Amino acid sequence: SSQQHQEAVHHCASSRCGEDSHGKLYKNDTETQLYSLKMYSIIHIFYNTIYDEDEVLLALAEQLGNFTMLVGGPEYVHCLLPPLESLATVEETVVRDKAVESLRKISQEHSPVDLEVHFEPLVKRLASGDWFTSRTSACGLFSVCYPRVSSTVKAEIRQHFRTLCSDDTPMVRRAAASKLGEFAKVLEPEYVKSDIISLFTALASDEQDSVRLLAVEACVSIATLLPQEDLETLVMPTLRQAAEDKSWRVRYMVADKFSELQKAVGSEITKNDLVPAFQNLLKDCEAEVRAAAANKVKEFCENLPEDNREQIIMTHILPCVKELVSDTNQHVKSALASVIMGLSTILGKDNTIEHLLPLFLAQLKDECPEVRLNIISNLDCVNEVIGIRQLSQSLLPAIVELAEDAKWRVRLAIIEYMPLLAGQLGVEFFDEKLNTLCMAWLIDHVYAIREAATCNLMKLVEKFGAEWAQNTIVPKVLGMANDPNYLHRMTTLFCINALSEACGQEITTKQMLPVVLKMSNDQVANVRFNVAKSLQKIGPVLDSNALQTEVKPVLEKLATDSDMDVKYFAQEAISGMFDFLLSTKLLNFNSLNFIFLLFFLCSFGPSITIPNQRLQDGICHGTLSNQTLKVIACLSQLHTFTSSAASSFVLCGKNTK
Amino acid sequence: METTKLPPSSPSSPTTSFSVPSAEKVDGFPRRSMRRARQRRSHSSSQFRYQSSQVELTPLPLLKDAPVAELHDLFCKKLQQCCVLFDFLDCVADLKGKEIKRAALNELVESVATSRGVLIEPLYPEAIKMISVNIFRTLPPSENPEFDPEEDEPTLEASWPHLQLVYEFFLRFLESPDFQPSMAKRYIDQKFVLQLLELFDSEDPREREYLKTILHRVYGKLLGLRAYIRKQINNIFLRFIYETEHFNGVAELLEILGSIINGFALPLKAEHKQFLVRVLIPLHTAKSLSIFHAQLAYCVVQFMEKDATVTEFIIRGLLKYWPKTCTQKEVMFLGEIEEILDVIEPSQFIRIQEPLFKQIAACISSPHFQVAERALYFWNNEYILSLIEENCQVILPLVFATLYRVSKEHWNQTIVSLIYNVLKTFMEMNSKLFDDLTASYKVEKQKELKRERERSELWRGLEEYEERRMQMLTEAARNQRNLQERSLASPRRQLFVQKLPPLPCKAAAPSF
Repeated sequence: SSQQHQEAVHHCASSRCGEDSHGKLYKNDTETQLYSLKMYSIIHIFYNTIYDEDEVLLALAEQLGNFTMLVGGPEYVHCLLPPLESLATVEETVVRDKAVESLRKISQEHSPVDLEVHFEPLVKRLASGDWFTSRTSACGLFSVCYPRVSSTVKAEIRQHFRTLCSDDTPMVRRAAASKLGEFAKVLEPEYVKSDIISLFTALASDEQDSVRLLAVEACVSIATLLPQEDLETLVMPTLRQAAEDKSWRVRYMVADKFSELQKAVGSEITKNDLVPAFQNLLKDCEAEVRAAAANKVKEFCENLPEDNREQIIMTHILPCVKELVSDTNQHVKSALASVIMGLSTILGKDNTIEHLLPLFLAQLKDECPEVRLNIISNLDCVNEVIGIRQLSQSLLPAIVELAEDAKWRVRLAIIEYMPLLAGQLGVEFFDEKLNTLCMAWLIDHVYAIREAATCNLMKLVEKFGAEWAQNTIVPKVLGMANDPNYLHRMTTLFCINALSEACGQEITTKQMLPVVLKMSNDQVANVRFNVAKSLQKIGPVLDSNALQTEVKPVLEKLATDSDMDVKYFAQEAISGMFDFLLSTKLLNFNSLNFIFLLFFLCSFGPSITIPNQRLQDGICHGTLSNQTLKVIACLSQLHTFTSSAASSFVLCGKNTK
Repeated sequence: METTKLPPSSPSSPTTSFSVPSAEKVDGFPRRSMRRARQRRSHSSSQFRYQSSQVELTPLPLLKDAPVAELHDLFCKKLQQCCVLFDFLDCVADLKGKEIKRAALNELVESVATSRGVLIEPLYPEAIKMISVNIFRTLPPSENPEFDPEEDEPTLEASWPHLQLVYEFFLRFLESPDFQPSMAKRYIDQKFVLQLLELFDSEDPREREYLKTILHRVYGKLLGLRAYIRKQINNIFLRFIYETEHFNGVAELLEILGSIINGFALPLKAEHKQFLVRVLIPLHTAKSLSIFHAQLAYCVVQFMEKDATVTEFIIRGLLKYWPKTCTQKEVMFLGEIEEILDVIEPSQFIRIQEPLFKQIAACISSPHFQVAERALYFWNNEYILSLIEENCQVILPLVFATLYRVSKEHWNQTIVSLIYNVLKTFMEMNSKLFDDLTASYKVEKQKELKRERERSELWRGLEEYEERRMQMLTEAARNQRNLQERSLASPRRQLFVQKLPPLPCKAAAPSF
């Protein structure tokens, strides 16, 4: 029933909106008023009858935010406030948050007067509610009404916010701390200094670390609002303290927000304060903090002031980074590995070779596969600076080891980087070292790996060309068709599906098709119906002669297979091919070919369903010549071809003439 | 590498035409279980930030050898010595220092537990300082972010050898006959208690066990902190329910609350009722309910035994949060309902019997047999049975249809036989009502069948109507088109049309 209620709420909003747009409502004021009154009572009925289902309340809270036009426009929007007010006091956090979101939305639709008469009192009521839920909700509403009210009301709002920042429930203080930055942005500059800073300092030294860490977030917004000269005295003491907080959660937050903080405080403070702070975070005793900081290494270095960026990195950051490479925690190492390659562009060729390359190589040999993988996946950065050759000696063993990793997800990840690597290492290196790996994946015992390997081959062929494929890949793929394991035989088919387009018509017709056709006699039904699927898939690449003389008989045979699934897929393939032929080839008419094809398709007899619409389209858009007659005659063979459709063909044919 | 080993019974070997260096690992795609025994977590991260400027500890004389005049001074020195923290992650670091501290702690525990007159006022701040320095710390991030208290091994505290002794000392200190709450309250203040409560999130069950006993003693001895402790526990629970859904010490805190509730004065204060309605009942929504359900149910029942008027709040609250998809939780809820019904007052029972038995009927028809079974067990409880008997007129009509239907349909034989017993009990209770209900059930069933038939007929009719309508529409469209064609046809077109032979229904294939 809650589902129904939810739908009803949504429906109510959408259907009434529809009527609005027709302009049938609101002929005059009384009507509007009456209507909003009705709407209001409807809302109340909703609210009172279903108060116990959180899911419904959530939908209600969301929809009420879109009700402005339904209650008679912005003039009457305040009548949405009472239900939203009570929704903003419920215990369930998601409902409350949604109600606050809706309140914020409709606050914008209030006129300044309404805002003071209706909205602001609501905020005050919430802010002084008994239970913490209403006070929590109030925190999110101050910033939306502050800019649009008179100065006396503004003073009251500031006072309320101050009170909530020192609320004795941590939940409320958390809510206030999370809105501090947002509130600071709408305040006049003088109040930022007089009010916000003291609140910020108090919250940042709260007894609960969950409050303190939220103050770090606010720090970013506050720092951007203050002039540079005030930052040192007003913000930095608190920030320094946060970076050395005894709770790792707070330090983690600092590390996590480091780039934002860096931008907010500017280059001078960065040089003097943030560099040592960052060093400490990179050496923190908790792995979580180190990992968060390691993630920021590249961004931090990038944003350093350019004049002595290199010197700072080389003397202060790089020593810490070197230590992290041999960290005890794998998350730290893998966080570092995901960004460390980015340093090479910042430091340039010589430094990279001298200082970074040993680190890359060390990480390439790391015991944790994730670390190696992260290095390999970012090779392009280094490739730009020093070329990949420098690494290739160490790269190869790393790749080989990842390729055979016991975890299939690791193998999958390395496969995905193969095309990229192949491009960077070149075709000779690839043929020599990596080709065997790519083929080995085709017979992996995890399907996902075989599938990815197939896709990988296609990308490689796109990169290296059909001729390369013909010499290196195709023979091996086709060889698998005789494998005793039916899964390997199916892999051959999957490869053919993927490769046919990239290899082109000639290879497909001459080399692949015979293999596929031969496999239609396989004793395993799964292979046979995959033959049908493959034939459908490669059909577009084949010429119509091959279709007629080779594919058709096989599909026909499969369509009478003893296995139900084989039959099904064979028929699918037949009608699918028909669909395809009509949609693409026929539109570039070669009329003889067209008729030939139709004829070919007709010869399948009544077993297939003909998409009439397609036929009509095909004929309408084409330039039919005087062979129309033959076409029609041909079409008339088809059982499903109705006489009414036929007459429209005739018409179409005439029109195009 | 392990995976490159060939399983002994691989049926086929690869015969691909190309050689694969690691081909031997690929056999006929064996179903190899990738699951490995979960590694037991035997070590844990250090919870102390190691101080590089480590103080060298020197052993002090034994307390028992000290002359009485110097005893307090020595005690104080030992307390100070124990403020030094050691790195337990590195298990060989500073072994001597660790041993000295351990011995000192042992002595302190021994002394505070056995000898009288040791605890004099100047020692209080030193003792509390030593305790604070050792136990208060930010708990480290969990090594396993998806830590499941039911499945996973908890991360154990590395520094437990010392920590345990500190807790032991704290406990003996609180329990000592010399302990003076009036002196202690200056040092064990709100801030201290708040930090103590935060430690309940520790993953180490041994630590939580100590904390539980200690907090209980603090609550018992320091009256001024009681309201504060209750409020902070409230906050922890609310945060657990609505914000993080993660707190390791819920069960322990509830256990303390169980005894606190036991001591509430009557009539219950509004604050306590609010705690019940806004904290204890919503706690039932937690995902990890199974970990603390026993303690929670105990608290709830304690409330009822204190004041029977809260019964209705409780039952309606439970019905509101009744699990919809989690059968494991449903069984727990049913267990709690039985505990409640065990002590319910008959006058209260009447107030909630209707919604309650609707839910019980729904549980009986659950396809999950444990849920149905748990609900049916209610009829084995003599007190509940007597309540049902007294209100048979109301309850039987509520559950009858379900019982009757499920007795015919349930897949599980145990359930079916349990239901027969229940039906038999009802029959014996009030055979007249039972017969009436059986009769009306059958009539109802007939009616329902009829309604079902009518409904399907209506649908069939509608489908037929739709089909006819579509046919008519196509017909009309065709006629329209023919008409247009005739009226618009230009002479040339007409010529063309006339040239066409009539469309044969089944012409022979044209020859090319």
